[in-house]
Amino acid sequence: MTTSKASVPQLRRTRLQRWWPTFMVTLTLILVGLLLVLPLLVVLITAFRSGVGPYLQALQTPDTLSALRLSLLTVLIVVPLNTVFGVSAAWATAKFDFPGRSLLLTLIDLPLAVSPVISGLVYVLLFGRQGWLGPWLEANDLKIIFAPAGIILATTFVTFSYVARELIPVMQAQGKDDEEAALTLGASGWQTFTRVTLPNIRWALLYGVIMCNARALGEFGAVSVVSGKIRGLTNTLPLHVEILYNEYQTVAAFAVASLLALFALLTLGLKALIESRTGHSHP
Amino acid sequence: MRRIFTSALLLGGAATAATITLLNVSYDPTRELYQDINAAFAKQWQAKTGDTLKINASHGGSGAQARSVIDGLEADIVTLALAYDIDAIADKGLLPENWQKRLPYNSSPYTSTIVFLVRQGNPKGIKDWGDLIKPGVQVITPNPKTSGGARWNFLAAWGWAQKKYGGEAGAKDYVTKLFKNVPVLDSGARGSTTTFVERGIGDVLLAWENEALLATRELGVGKFQIIVPSVSILAEPPVTVVDKNAAKHGTAKVAQAYLQYLYTAEAQEIIAKNFYRPRSQDVATKYAAQFPKVNLFSIAQFGGWRAAQKKFFADGGVFDQVYSGR
Amino acid sequence: MTSRLSSGRPARRHILPGLNLTLGYTLLYLSVIVLIPLAALVLKAAGLGLDGFWAAINTPRVWSALRVSFLTALAASLVNLPIGLVIAWTLTRYRVPGRRLVDALIDLPFALPTAVAGITLTTLLSPNGWLGAPLLEAGLRVAYTPLGIIVALIFIGLPFVVRSLQPVLEDLGYEPEEAALSLGATPSQTFARVILPALYPALLSGFTLALARTIGEYGSVVFISGNLPFKTEIAPLLIVGKLEQYDYAGAAAVAVAMLVISVTLLLAANSAQARLGRRGQA
Repeated sequence: MTTSKASVPQLRRTRLQRWWPTFMVTLTLILVGLLLVLPLLVVLITAFRSGVGPYLQALQTPDTLSALRLSLLTVLIVVPLNTVFGVSAAWATAKFDFPGRSLLLTLIDLPLAVSPVISGLVYVLLFGRQGWLGPWLEANDLKIIFAPAGIILATTFVTFSYVARELIPVMQAQGKDDEEAALTLGASGWQTFTRVTLPNIRWALLYGVIMCNARALGEFGAVSVVSGKIRGLTNTLPLHVEILYNEYQTVAAFAVASLLALFALLTLGLKALIESRTGHSHP
Repeated sequence: MRRIFTSALLLGGAATAATITLLNVSYDPTRELYQDINAAFAKQWQAKTGDTLKINASHGGSGAQARSVIDGLEADIVTLALAYDIDAIADKGLLPENWQKRLPYNSSPYTSTIVFLVRQGNPKGIKDWGDLIKPGVQVITPNPKTSGGARWNFLAAWGWAQKKYGGEAGAKDYVTKLFKNVPVLDSGARGSTTTFVERGIGDVLLAWENEALLATRELGVGKFQIIVPSVSILAEPPVTVVDKNAAKHGTAKVAQAYLQYLYTAEAQEIIAKNFYRPRSQDVATKYAAQFPKVNLFSIAQFGGWRAAQKKFFADGGVFDQVYSGR
Repeated sequence: MTSRLSSGRPARRHILPGLNLTLGYTLLYLSVIVLIPLAALVLKAAGLGLDGFWAAINTPRVWSALRVSFLTALAASLVNLPIGLVIAWTLTRYRVPGRRLVDALIDLPFALPTAVAGITLTTLLSPNGWLGAPLLEAGLRVAYTPLGIIVALIFIGLPFVVRSLQPVLEDLGYEPEEAALSLGATPSQTFARVILPALYPALLSGFTLALARTIGEYGSVVFISGNLPFKTEIAPLLIVGKLEQYDYAGAAAVAVAMLVISVTLLLAANSAQARLGRRGQA
């Protein structure tokens, strides 16, 4: 499965072929530059427009810190939940065939296709005061909507498919010969999973977790419907960005936004670290 | 005496020292206003009762905020952009139908109106509503379907046109032409301000007076000026206690006191400083330079907010006709 | 490498353990997080009755918004295919200066709150923006046109395509193309006949994900689109508009209409993918 490091065939190196990598790299850098770096620059330049002092100040207000805490809490709950689900769903659908399997695959993708506005709305329809379970929740003094629980639920919904979606094709492509061999050799089911399956899917799993994590941190639309936007209590970082922006505190808004961008870069830094630890290398 | 007692309890670590939490659910442009009000009221309340008061605030589009309260956001107080949104909360039994009669001035401790913000020097020579439909004039307003402020804009334009052209047909023709000059319909009032101020789009911004003043004083000094049209609408953003939530939290009294405080001289001064028109005559006189005289008509002209909402902004209403008539 | 899958459908008798456990958990979790809440949505729309439901969505305004949402998402996802392929290919195969940083940047669209993305892109592309001004000189208006929506959606959808392709490209390695090249195929033949077919499932998956994600996108689009009815008004904006009138059922009706479109797309893509997968293994 590991990437072959055997030399790319020297067979017929035309001039075109020699220039090809340079061309592709340049094109990639231009595309990434236009589509991603430029927007990031706008965020950073705006964030530092008034200097480093105001930037750091914006990040240290109690409201920002409380939004940061809520965002981290959300991610810490949502990502493990969806990872366990993703592995479980991938095991069931990639290693086995059963009636309704392709329907199940579609249903797993479904949350991706739901507009964020709706992703929040469904929980309001279910748990809101006028919702199906609203009266019962109110009678028992339980709060889901307009409380952290609602934010966590909506984020779980939005990032539901990410891990499963990455794992299923990879696990399917790998088949189950390796696992069956391990079982025949006397390994337990759990051993087989941790020693055979997991190493095989680690990259897909990592990508899935990274995507899930990034999206969970950045989710705005669904969360804004269920949050109630109470300053210092139910604001996540993305909601806080919007609030600051709407208060004409552009610098502070983009400072907090840059924090979110930084988180994305950090996750990927983590990935790079794991890559170098496990000896997986790119050509 | 009681204060000393409370402090003693606090020192003793007893849990009875009262820290009261209030939640004020409000609309978008009032953030700065209520930050000031909350601080001032909490101070006054502590001086009077010894209780520590923590006032939480939530801001967003007026309709979206009302919907949150309906769906279970436990606001003790709502301070929204238009009465229709509080009516909607009353319809769900969270507060009595006659809420608007409970406080003076239709439960609106401050008012505002709709004015024009133009670029410095008024290059397009905009003086009144009639100028907005001239060819080549770009008008920025938010979408009345998603913004409370935009609904006031629409009704202000309609009111002027109805008088000017003497009827509904003329008014409809006018607003149709007006919206042909609108290149961007942002989803909220603050989005529109940004489009006009930061993106440099448009010749006129239809805006809350308080937002326009904020823009000229704080966002771009010397870059914009305010044009006051011959007539405009009297915007009355209402406030009320959400009785059911306040009863549940045991905050009815302090919530009531909070709203009454808004009518005091001290609060009226804060209101004027935040560019809202105060109700108090004394404060109004003091800030007369800030608030030019405008001939105002009120929502009553449209039969109140429920009727106006149904006629103009509901699906298939006048606003939809303006666009689908193309 | 692919031959071991040639047995086609997995055997009926399972040697592997854990089907009941994993399938049971999957179904439970799916129901709690996704199916029950979506059922609440459908029930709300069903409260309108069939006639009411049809009346709520069968207006020129709704159709136009659905069309704008669908067509801009389609265009953006199509554009993202070659862009994503170039980036994923380069990142897995060539020495790119600052590769790790570039790789990290791919996730930016996920991490930036959509509202920030919208504001940022509008800043860049509005008539007085860094890119908007020169583009306007060249006669191209981007912000506040359907083109602006497409640009925002390209931004939102890009990571889906790149991240779908990357693991597959990494696993693909060089063997297949080495074999093809040594058998005398030209590089372009090798790409078209050997590499691309192996990438079809991943490309389709990335495309579908990007399309599904962007079709309902709201936060980034409202800032750049201008929201003009019949021109740049997207379907989620109508939902928000209906909610603003406390018309929950009407909002749910439009939401269900969007859901039907999305599910159809996903089903089509999944069955296409299944077919591609089987052909690839044959």
